[in-house]
Amino acid sequence: MRVVNHPILGDLSPAREVKIYVDGKEIYAREGEPIAAAIAATGIRIYRYTAKQEEPRGVFCGIGQCTDCVMVVNGVPNVRTCITPVAEGMTVETQHGAGRGER
Amino acid sequence: MREVDLSIVGAGPAGLAAAIEGAKRGCSTVALDMNPRPGGQLIKQIHKFFGSREHHAGTRGIEIADTLLHEAESAGVEVLIGAEVYAIHDSILEVAQTFGGDSPPPLSGGATTSQSRPLSIEARQIVLATGGAENALNFPGWTLPGVMGAGAAQTMSNVWRVLPGERVLMVGAGNVGLIVSYQLLQAGAEIVAVIEAAPRIGGYGVHAAKIRRAGVPILTSHTVVRASGESRVEQAVIVKVDASWGTVPGSEEELDVDTICIAVGLRPNARLASLAGCKFDYSPSLGGWVPIHNTRMHTTVPGIYLAGDLSGIEEASTALEEGRLAGICAASSLSKGHVGDSEEIEAIEERLLSLRSGPFCQRLQDAKQKLIEIGEAQCPKE
Repeated sequence: MRVVNHPILGDLSPAREVKIYVDGKEIYAREGEPIAAAIAATGIRIYRYTAKQEEPRGVFCGIGQCTDCVMVVNGVPNVRTCITPVAEGMTVETQHGAGRGER
Repeated sequence: MREVDLSIVGAGPAGLAAAIEGAKRGCSTVALDMNPRPGGQLIKQIHKFFGSREHHAGTRGIEIADTLLHEAESAGVEVLIGAEVYAIHDSILEVAQTFGGDSPPPLSGGATTSQSRPLSIEARQIVLATGGAENALNFPGWTLPGVMGAGAAQTMSNVWRVLPGERVLMVGAGNVGLIVSYQLLQAGAEIVAVIEAAPRIGGYGVHAAKIRRAGVPILTSHTVVRASGESRVEQAVIVKVDASWGTVPGSEEELDVDTICIAVGLRPNARLASLAGCKFDYSPSLGGWVPIHNTRMHTTVPGIYLAGDLSGIEEASTALEEGRLAGICAASSLSKGHVGDSEEIEAIEERLLSLRSGPFCQRLQDAKQKLIEIGEAQCPKE
């Protein structure tokens, strides 16, 4: 959910929309924001599943330290979505285990 | 290979302050930051600072970040974002730049690890200002999506304007737990409770009062024992804690929450300092393992300085002063010092002493003093 109105920060300023594809579904992100924020804004909480137990994981540290939010981005696995900005046409996929992207 | 006088790792309050002082003294200065926006944690601190006027009392962190970035720009500091330093050897920083920089990313949407630009920077002096990292708390269910650091929730709501959850349990009533709770309220979330294992609130009364006035219960002597939910947090079970930190049987209470924020302290984010070969000392008051440094903020490795939370978890105002000190000392070791620097250093040391005075901070002053004494014996003399 977007924080549209804020008592200190004011209203959310307009931003250029960037189209990205999350597991094939088209979503609109705000230019400059990280992938993780764009995804969280749509209500998605699961970013990946672990290799052995296939447990769900989501954003944990939000600043690129913990790697819990890694996903497959443009075919590349293990991309930290919390510090990687969106870009037009980007494909983002829920990661399973170590991911099966190109290397 | 780029060559610079001064390279700063981390463009938060400490790093920017160091960069500004270095650049003002004629050092060619590059500040590297791995995040999409520079400013460190200041860019999410929408509350007003305390203290004296020289420490920005009454000013919000986000405004201090703007001022610092502006000063850095006028002083000629080059700030590179998306730039992660993954190794330091000799005086060379190995950097992977995943986005940012002058040219667009290699591919449309190419901000990925395999497409990062490698960059080597040879720096005559280095200041590490890599900040702190939040401590985790392990309990059954702690890995479920929806359990996150309080800082992560703060980043999401204040920087990216996305609410991380609607019904939040905050674990920890130190300043971070209290402030982030209030800020999540401001962003539109409900704080179901703030719990604190200790028998008293750890943070400042003024922060606690704000969330109490908003009707949020602060339960001291309580901890979280379990988070449950199908594929994300749906419930949290909290329990009373007795005087010997044991849980009180039969006191479990189930709360319907979709988010559990963990605010149980920070530790120095010291991996790069460790890679660089810095020696450490263990200091619980400063957050754990801390790189040893002397009065000039110099580590045990020649040419490597440090500042801010990396040198012990304190506040942004302390980080600013330490950054200034590190920047001045690094410049002076390159014979680029200003006339009057020794008076400037004395003034900074006095301000640091006043920041670390008072009942809340005496143990920080003692811990810092001990660390610096070790540093005076072990760090190289310039």
